Amino acid sequence: MTEPVTEYAPSRETTEGRVFTVTGGDWYETFGGEDPIHDERIVVNLGPQHPSTHGVLRLVLELEGETVTDVRPVVGYLHTGIEKNLEFRNWVQGSTFVTRMDYLSPIFNETGYALAVEKLLGITDQVPARANTIRVLMMELNRIASHLVWLATTGMELGAISMMLYGFREREYILDIFELTSGLRMNHAYVRPGGLAQDMPAEAIEKARWFLKYLPKKLKEYEDMLTEQVIWLERTKGVAVLDVTGCLALGVTGPVLRSAGLPWDLRKTMPYCGYETYEFDVPSRTAGDVYARYEVRLAEIRESLKLVEQALDRLEPGPVMVADQKIAWPAQLAIGVDGMGNSLEHVAKIMGQSMESLIHHFKLVTEGFRVPPGQVYVGIESPRGELGVHAVSDGGTRPYRVHYRDPSFVNLQALPAMAEGALLADVIAGGASLDPVMGGVDR
Amino acid sequence: MTAPISPSSPNGALPDAAPPPAPSEPEAQSGSLPVSAQPVGAQTGAPAEFPPASPSQRGLFGVHGTGDTSGFGGLLRRRPAIVDAQPPYGSYFDEVVDGLREALHGGGTAIEHVVVDRGELTLHIEPERIADVCQVMRDDEALRFELCSSVSGVDYLGTDAHRLHVVYQLTSMTYRRRVRLETAVSAEDPTLPSITGVYPTADWQERETYDMFGVVFTGHPGLTRILMPDDWEGYPQRKDYPLGGVPVEYKGAEIPPPDQRRSYQ
Repeated sequence: MTEPVTEYAPSRETTEGRVFTVTGGDWYETFGGEDPIHDERIVVNLGPQHPSTHGVLRLVLELEGETVTDVRPVVGYLHTGIEKNLEFRNWVQGSTFVTRMDYLSPIFNETGYALAVEKLLGITDQVPARANTIRVLMMELNRIASHLVWLATTGMELGAISMMLYGFREREYILDIFELTSGLRMNHAYVRPGGLAQDMPAEAIEKARWFLKYLPKKLKEYEDMLTEQVIWLERTKGVAVLDVTGCLALGVTGPVLRSAGLPWDLRKTMPYCGYETYEFDVPSRTAGDVYARYEVRLAEIRESLKLVEQALDRLEPGPVMVADQKIAWPAQLAIGVDGMGNSLEHVAKIMGQSMESLIHHFKLVTEGFRVPPGQVYVGIESPRGELGVHAVSDGGTRPYRVHYRDPSFVNLQALPAMAEGALLADVIAGGASLDPVMGGVDR
Repeated sequence: MTAPISPSSPNGALPDAAPPPAPSEPEAQSGSLPVSAQPVGAQTGAPAEFPPASPSQRGLFGVHGTGDTSGFGGLLRRRPAIVDAQPPYGSYFDEVVDGLREALHGGGTAIEHVVVDRGELTLHIEPERIADVCQVMRDDEALRFELCSSVSGVDYLGTDAHRLHVVYQLTSMTYRRRVRLETAVSAEDPTLPSITGVYPTADWQERETYDMFGVVFTGHPGLTRILMPDDWEGYPQRKDYPLGGVPVEYKGAEIPPPDQRRSYQ
């Protein structure tokens, strides 16, 4: 037996037998061991349809080797003109539109809108205590759900596929509570100017109580799975760092700002809905990297659980809509066989008993209430940062202009600052750590 | 108080029989809403097209203007009156206004109006000075508005010669204050200095304002459309840009698109 050709595949004898080391033919002779694209720029188009860009986000990347030299996020693929549409619907109908902006935090969109309209109307103080408590309760549940989705999708993007299943599984319980309360899992239109669409049923409160006991055990599991895990640490520690100065210059708020060391949380600094009466902490870290953001968000879930518990404890029977009959929706809504609608008693009353009630209902529902002219800006702390609502009224029954300062939109600007100069894989980690929701970015 | 102003675009299709609106009616007295206006966008043959001859025909429930509650009159546009507040403004507003005037070194003329409404301070700023004012607002020890929360536009079509307003919401984290800066430019010359040099976060927000309102921010590093496609024509959030949409059929009836539906004034 002749000796095999070893020019391209040198061999050596081992206890297992002969082992060949196969090399790439005449590659080295041809290219002299040089990387032919060593100093060549490659432009890579990532997205908009890509499982790792956290939504319909397109990134135009310039690469040198595996190093990213330039990132240009391209947005607008989910632009639906919600702000323009609001100008052609009355003030109450607005809730139905804004809830669809940032679809992972619908309650925040609605609450921001409701607070703005209430401020325009000058009825902020008249919103009943129960309505405010339920708003806090729903917002904090929503915050947990949103952070769980962040954990799930980020886990998936960084290789922890099981985290995605767990995150979405737990979120489903919160959506159940939302469904019991508002009739819908998402896009609730539950928080309305003046209060709430309807009261929270006892069943939902019971379910929320159960969830308070359930989630901490699961959080422990996530931490067991991720916190010390080598791959997770490698992908997140020291990756996509942005310090406080960078955050403020780029307008980044929310968990990303808090992970850099500034505990700025509008619930504490400029409270609304009675947050100043609740006991909770604002978690912060100083590393400013993806891992710190992970820690902050997990800690925020725990704080939100504390808030939910306090809100549940202080729920007392009472109205959930302002007493002013010229603003309040004339009927309590009820969930019927074909979805949410006016309660049957109310329909019986206006159709069979009281003509005045019918007229009143008709005028308020078709024409809507008037809002005195002026403009306001209301900022609330959404899971992603400051959600600002700038609402302008010209005195009519429809908004003259509503602008949403969506934290996803503003925060996404920070991606180039985080990712340029790093490796391609860190773009994904950095983008995921900003938690952009494209529905909110594009509106 | 500024007097209410009628909408700009008269309806050319209005038949001669329509009684002209009487501008001398005691409407401005009540101060708030009444505006005598011809129905804008009305269609010939549509019911309730003509303004009622007497106030008694206006009906109940706060009907103003033409008295057209059928909605065929189209949208009435009114501009919230700019009412200058008199010092002392209350709250932290005096400190902010005085601090800004002082820091501008006699350039206090940059502040055109000071409006305090619903517990919020609005400073109307001369358009050319907006970037300077932002610089001072950010850097002055007594002001320290470190964060530019929001930049957006409002179109006051027909009620202001400088119809395109750009609104800046500034936040001071040091003092926990908010203030709103407002500037106005005309649609013919919609240029403003960019504030991206002071607040880099305004980058995308100015692009959005350009995209939606056509305000050109000079000095912006890359002023391109951001939400709409690059080759889009027109500025969608302007009030003279239609909402668009197609009529849909529902249970045998045709439902017009939202901006052509009957609606209430």
